[in-house]
Amino acid sequence: MSRDDILQQVRSALGRKSGEAPPDAPPARIRIPQPDTDERIRSFVCALEGLAGKAFVADSVEEARHYAAALLENGTAVASNAPFLEQLGIRTLPGVQSGFYDRDELRAVCASAGLGITGADYALSDTGTLVLISSPEEARLISLLPPVHLAFVARENILSGLDELFAVLPMPAARTSSMILITGPSRTADIEQILIRGVHGPGHVHVVIV
Amino acid sequence: MTSLPEANIERTLADANLQLAIYASTGRLMDKRKTAVSAELLPDYQELRTQANAVKKHALDNLDFYLEQFETNVQNVGGHVVYCRDGTEVADFVLKLAKERGAGLLVKSKSMTTEEIDLNERLEHHGLHAVETDLGEYILQLAEERPYHIVAPALHKTRYDVADIFTSKLGVEREIVPENQTRIAREVLREKFLAADIGLTGANFLVADSGAVVLVENEGNARLTSSAPKIHIAVAGIEKIIPRAQDLAVFLKLLGRSATGQHLTVYTSFLSGPRRNGEIDGPDEFYVVLLDNGRTRLLADNEKRQSLYCIRCGACLNICPVYRKIGGHNYPWVYSGPIGAIITPQYQGIGKNPWLPYASSLCGACAEVCPVKIDIPKLLLDLRSEVTATHPKDQKSRIERMSFRVWSWLMTKPKLFEMAGMAASTALANGCGWLRNVPAPLNIGPLRAWISQRDLPVPPPKSFRQLWRTRPNK
Repeated sequence: MSRDDILQQVRSALGRKSGEAPPDAPPARIRIPQPDTDERIRSFVCALEGLAGKAFVADSVEEARHYAAALLENGTAVASNAPFLEQLGIRTLPGVQSGFYDRDELRAVCASAGLGITGADYALSDTGTLVLISSPEEARLISLLPPVHLAFVARENILSGLDELFAVLPMPAARTSSMILITGPSRTADIEQILIRGVHGPGHVHVVIV
Repeated sequence: MTSLPEANIERTLADANLQLAIYASTGRLMDKRKTAVSAELLPDYQELRTQANAVKKHALDNLDFYLEQFETNVQNVGGHVVYCRDGTEVADFVLKLAKERGAGLLVKSKSMTTEEIDLNERLEHHGLHAVETDLGEYILQLAEERPYHIVAPALHKTRYDVADIFTSKLGVEREIVPENQTRIAREVLREKFLAADIGLTGANFLVADSGAVVLVENEGNARLTSSAPKIHIAVAGIEKIIPRAQDLAVFLKLLGRSATGQHLTVYTSFLSGPRRNGEIDGPDEFYVVLLDNGRTRLLADNEKRQSLYCIRCGACLNICPVYRKIGGHNYPWVYSGPIGAIITPQYQGIGKNPWLPYASSLCGACAEVCPVKIDIPKLLLDLRSEVTATHPKDQKSRIERMSFRVWSWLMTKPKLFEMAGMAASTALANGCGWLRNVPAPLNIGPLRAWISQRDLPVPPPKSFRQLWRTRPNK
């Protein structure tokens, strides 16, 4: 059997016995700077806009909802089932479809919607990154199939960077089958290294910090 | 056994457009990397490299342990791990699964590991259509070519080449604007994503403590490949293991920056198992194929084991003076550049391409930019020793051996060495100067081949020894 063969070859190459515990691994390197919330927001906005994403800091629930309404114009949107979007009144905006729990149904809606609206569990301030954890409240495809992605993140969930993310969430797999980090709009430079946005994922990313 | 593909290399060198494309693209990637790892933007860059090296070393030194831990954790989240010795076993597994599930279409995101085993051809041969979805890979699949570069596979193609390929293969109207070309690909491939039964990806990292596959990309095609179809298969070399999710805080910072100068690539997917109870979308089945294909062969040698630390960022290609001249297709296998020169002979056996470890000037730039600190020049030298040990009867190497014997004899006679040096420097300073103008009687055979591409500067008026003798504070 290939499994036992390969493992046996690995062991004999390394001079190890089956089941032998390894020595201690080098300690994980986690260094967390502690900027204050305003600095986190400033850095996040700056990083995301540097990648041609749009960031908006909403001072109230109304402002956040207005941003979504303005972006939506008369188009169609699909929104995730996140309670956060419910609280903001996003899921009931005209033109927004939400409340899908069936994969095929959701997929069909995502494939035709002009805008996908999700929450974001966290944001990373130093790189302008969104962290999306898949759950019954957040599907994978809403932030992927529509050409425009709008995400809402609570200001207290802006982490300083990767180190803080993996400190807060050392075992993402314990919680979800899919944790996605999104850093700006989908892009490619495969033809003559010319930067083009919106290849397979959304070409426009909007983030509202609430 | 293959030999140096001289005719092809000459063709590459003579193709001005190609030379420009390689030079400009690698140069741009190199500049972006340099900025991204600069002291202002990443003050702890060297510490990160040291940590990445230490973690990779630890993972590979105890690989069997972490493979088993990974396997257990994948199973705990409802996924399956399949070990394969070679490409045939991988193809057999995928074909069998496809047959059982009645799958006819497979979408693929960029994976060097599957390129390595010609997986597409194998599947196609048995009637399973595999569609590449990374834009560069898609262009190359249509053109029936292999990747030119680990990170930028279609680096050698211009927009006009792409226009020709799309027109002839997709039957679309000729389109030369890259933005519109990208839109064409998006539309064609979007249909494939939604129709595919199986999504097949590679893996940038396998996380042992989580049973997770990590995918790093910019386009979104890897996300679609791993999330839209009902079956997700990730094919990865066994060396891709890292012990902990927390190690990603180090590796993700290095990978994007070293590859394209991005602080993080647009998408990083951390995937463990099929969709969980209640999750709305995602695959129902999740398989990780762990491929050997020659990797265990390198593990035994303590020194050469570090070849397996590679995270495929491509930085060593971009900075390599040899890659930047001869490009990607003159290397005999899918892995090109300095990393290709060390892993190809080790995966495939040194006897197959004995010239490969010599495709380097040993300038050391590759080792300097390597994010996991692989000592590539040292490994090239080790491999050269192996070649000399296994091919001692080589004609060229006899001349070379003789030259070095003369050299070492001369080096042990200081007086004689100095006289020879003075004679040479007088000859070069007085008129000859340019090495390629050496007198005809000397300009023959291997010597001519050597000096036709090289030159020496005019020597200084005084040698080091002379300066040393007359130094003021003796």
